[in-house]
Amino acid sequence: MTDATQNTGAVAPQGSLHTLDARTKRRNAAEGRFKLYGMIAIGIGLLMLVTLLYTILSKGTGAFTQTFVSMEVELLESKLDKSGERDLEKIKKVTTFGYAPLIKSAFEKTVEANGIETDLKSKDMTKILSKSAASQLRNYVIANPDKIGQTIEFRFLANSRVDGYMKGRVTRDSIANDKNITPAQLDLVDQLIEVGALKKTFNIDFIIGADASDQRPEAAGIGVAMVGSFFMMLVVLVLALPIGVAASIYLEEFAPKNWITDIIEVNISNLAAVPSIVFGILGLAVFINYMHLPQSAPLVGGLVLTLMTLPTIIISTRAALKAVPPSIRDAALGVGASKMQAVFHHVLPLAAPGILTGTIIGLAQALGETAPLLLIGMIGFIASNMPETVGEGLLSPNSAMPAQIYEWAKRADPAFYERAWGGIIILLIFLISMNTLAVLLRRRFERRW
Amino acid sequence: MSVKLTASALAIAAVAATSAAARDQVQVAGSSTVLPYASIVAEAFGENFDFPTPVVESGGSSAGLKRFCEGVGENTIDVANASRKIKDKEIKACAEAGVTDIIEVRIGYDGIVFASDINGNGFEYTPSDWFLALSNEILVDGQMVANPNKTWADVNANFPAQALQAFIPGTKHGTREVFEDNVILAGCEATGAFDVLLAAAEGDTDKAKHKAAEKACISLRTDGVSVDIDGDYTETLARIESNKDGIGVFGLAFYENNTDKLQVATMSGIVPSTESIATGEYPVSRPLYFYVKKAHIGVIPGLKEYAEFFIADEIAGEDGPLAEYGLVSDPELADTQNAVADEAVLGSNM
Repeated sequence: MTDATQNTGAVAPQGSLHTLDARTKRRNAAEGRFKLYGMIAIGIGLLMLVTLLYTILSKGTGAFTQTFVSMEVELLESKLDKSGERDLEKIKKVTTFGYAPLIKSAFEKTVEANGIETDLKSKDMTKILSKSAASQLRNYVIANPDKIGQTIEFRFLANSRVDGYMKGRVTRDSIANDKNITPAQLDLVDQLIEVGALKKTFNIDFIIGADASDQRPEAAGIGVAMVGSFFMMLVVLVLALPIGVAASIYLEEFAPKNWITDIIEVNISNLAAVPSIVFGILGLAVFINYMHLPQSAPLVGGLVLTLMTLPTIIISTRAALKAVPPSIRDAALGVGASKMQAVFHHVLPLAAPGILTGTIIGLAQALGETAPLLLIGMIGFIASNMPETVGEGLLSPNSAMPAQIYEWAKRADPAFYERAWGGIIILLIFLISMNTLAVLLRRRFERRW
Repeated sequence: MSVKLTASALAIAAVAATSAAARDQVQVAGSSTVLPYASIVAEAFGENFDFPTPVVESGGSSAGLKRFCEGVGENTIDVANASRKIKDKEIKACAEAGVTDIIEVRIGYDGIVFASDINGNGFEYTPSDWFLALSNEILVDGQMVANPNKTWADVNANFPAQALQAFIPGTKHGTREVFEDNVILAGCEATGAFDVLLAAAEGDTDKAKHKAAEKACISLRTDGVSVDIDGDYTETLARIESNKDGIGVFGLAFYENNTDKLQVATMSGIVPSTESIATGEYPVSRPLYFYVKKAHIGVIPGLKEYAEFFIADEIAGEDGPLAEYGLVSDPELADTQNAVADEAVLGSNM
């Protein structure tokens, strides 16, 4: 602006164009500064990204390894099946508490056999093990009742404190006031490492397992929540894609342009910007309180996320349809195709890559959503088993990946915090691969005119 | 067991016949203090019984009881966890929504501790210190004045000159009420502020005056010294890690899991521990409860079994996993067990 006002009515600039006058220098400097600002902005962005990735990876990779103690356990018939009939109903009556003595004696034997000397009582020794050991043993016995009376080698999880010691999170200094572990127990851990009975290995159960209670963070896994997320995405895909595409085709190709369609259009754009928690409240009111669908079910979660994803899919589908040049439609109509034939045989296939990309991005967004799940009971302690059928997967209570991460992050034991970061890594892997797929599809199939 | 199984199988069939979407797992919500205990029980319940693992949600005692009182039916929760007793107001709200028969179960006691950053100053509090630190008005020379204290040294000459900053549970948490009653109100009375407030209180009856004075006592300052935490204890911990001067209010079990980051303050000279809480020496403790909808027993499979399992000796007893995690077991557990076995509802035995 200033340049323009200076020029009006003034004499033409003096001197050669090859020598820079003060004003040109100023303009060049301004451009240089602007470029610098841009580079700084990008630099800050990259720095943030690197910090974020570094934090996530450094804090989360620990969750993928876990400390195990291996030992031989004698499955005493006198404790597990007094009648000796191998009647499953009777074996089931022995609760996990009844299995604790077996583990105690097995631990004593392991220590003895390896020539380890310790002053600890057997009760304090078993505290090195996870509380999940008894249930692991019970599940094994119920699955294999014929093994009662034999001695079997088991690999038990170690307690989260011991695991933290192996990972450097717990040190002898930090446990000064900790009543959950003593230095004497850490001495025993050191000796068990030496004889090879205690090892840190890759832990597949983190990826495929279920959530665990506050007392056994070492046993918690994200697998069941992953399945919950999968079923929700299935519902979203099955509902949102056809509804969204049909709605956009009608709005874009068939609907008359009048004030009603204008209002619908404005509403769809607004819906895309509605905070997701609102859809959660809606889901609670409509799906659970009115339609009486079960709480905490991935079906309800999927329905809520469908509502959230629909506007995204409709908007991207309409954009993809708009990008198909009118000449294609005109040519189809010109050779005698009906309007519907023109749309379904010519326009839709050409718009498909754009629609798919939009759908995948919408799904990725829905996958990372936590807030609406809060209200329909999908955030909490939900340690269900892996669903066996599709119906069970849709209706039995389950969590979702982001909900599980949130749940872990607020629990007391620091070991859960590590798992929360580990969960973030898995969620990120999913998101990145979905987004990559979207980019690849677009690259591969997109046509430009 | 098999009788129980057939009974519950019949119940499932009956429910399935009436509604297409029958629920077969117990649904629990409420106090985040009770959540760890409830999840430990839920896990053990799922392992040892043929019922599915109950779903336990958190959100605070008041939020849980509110959902509990929404009505009877499969789309409402069966059990509400609470870190305080249910209020008359809530019983009334429940009754209006058709939830009349409520079984109250006390599972044990929990201590509330004051903890600060492990590398900071240690404190030995009395309730008066907390009243003088956080109350909106305190007594100075016989007059109630706006709280002028800025550092702990202003509160008590024995304390270091560390800026006052407290992270206390928000009002939707049951812990807040215990904090107000056992710490702030006790401090209010100990410093003599209560008597002055009572004398100045307006009201028709003594009871109304008393109530007004209590309300004035527990109104906390709003200048940023006292911060309400509506989330969980992890949020309080994060606040203390970023502000080393902060003192937080935690549950005993949470502190015991984070002894490498937090140091605990004594209250009236007593170090909080399960032992000192069990004997009643440590003053800031409260009972933990859960509430069961009687109308859901027999409809939701496993509900009664879950309630009974929760307070069984092997779970809530002195050597059980709950005590190991930090719960102070209830000396009158046997009475509670009988009450649950008989399905005794609130109001019937009072």
